[in-house]
Amino acid sequence: MITDKSGTCPIRSEQDVVLSRQLVRRIAQQHGLRLVDQTKLVTAVSELARNAVIYGKGGDMDWSVIDSGARTGVRLVFRDNGPGIPDIKQAMTDGWTSGSGLGLGLAGAKRLVDEFELQSAPGEGTRITIIKWN
Amino acid sequence: MDHIPILRMGDFLLVTIQVDMHDQLAMTLQDDLSTKISEISAKGVLIDISALDIVDSFIGRMIGMISGLSRIMDAQTVVVGMQPAVAITLVELGLTLSGVSTALDVERGMRLLRESVQSQ
Repeated sequence: MITDKSGTCPIRSEQDVVLSRQLVRRIAQQHGLRLVDQTKLVTAVSELARNAVIYGKGGDMDWSVIDSGARTGVRLVFRDNGPGIPDIKQAMTDGWTSGSGLGLGLAGAKRLVDEFELQSAPGEGTRITIIKWN
Repeated sequence: MDHIPILRMGDFLLVTIQVDMHDQLAMTLQDDLSTKISEISAKGVLIDISALDIVDSFIGRMIGMISGLSRIMDAQTVVVGMQPAVAITLVELGLTLSGVSTALDVERGMRLLRESVQSQ
């Protein structure tokens, strides 16, 4: 049982990607997200955490449980101090990749969550905030 | 180093993924499978993913690559047991696994493999 309403977990290695997925799964389960929504959120976490490790050279994930009155949501912030994204529009395009992946990570993750915000600039790292409501 | 076990059943290879895979483990499986296909001249590969509670673009790509690579080595691949929530998520993510054969469970997957070998 996770009793805290917020916390931070490191995303430095492949193993951390697995741990962050498991942590978010437990948080989402506890706060009443349906199975499909849990699966979508955890899949988005996997994409974004892997990006932080591979492209951001490691970072952190802040998690918090938020309340809008009627609904409860899980908010996650992925932060890294990597090289940043020079062209955000291009990075959000399906099929575009700067590495060897499929280029589905960012655009795909955005489709899987309810709210998605990306802040990044060259040399200033990347910060992605996502929210999934129950 | 960790390995996912590959079982042999006649001309077929069976893989059941039961752990939350990190990326290196997925890459290792791909290498192990191609070695094994060539070693025993396998005609089919069945991958059971019923225990996976997510398939992200990395695992999806690995499944696609295993399928493509086994086809080149004259073996069929069938992916079985995908959970409904995983299937919904995969499609929304943008991954349709085109060219990968799927079946709902191991039994149907084995039937599909046998049929495709017989029809050759």
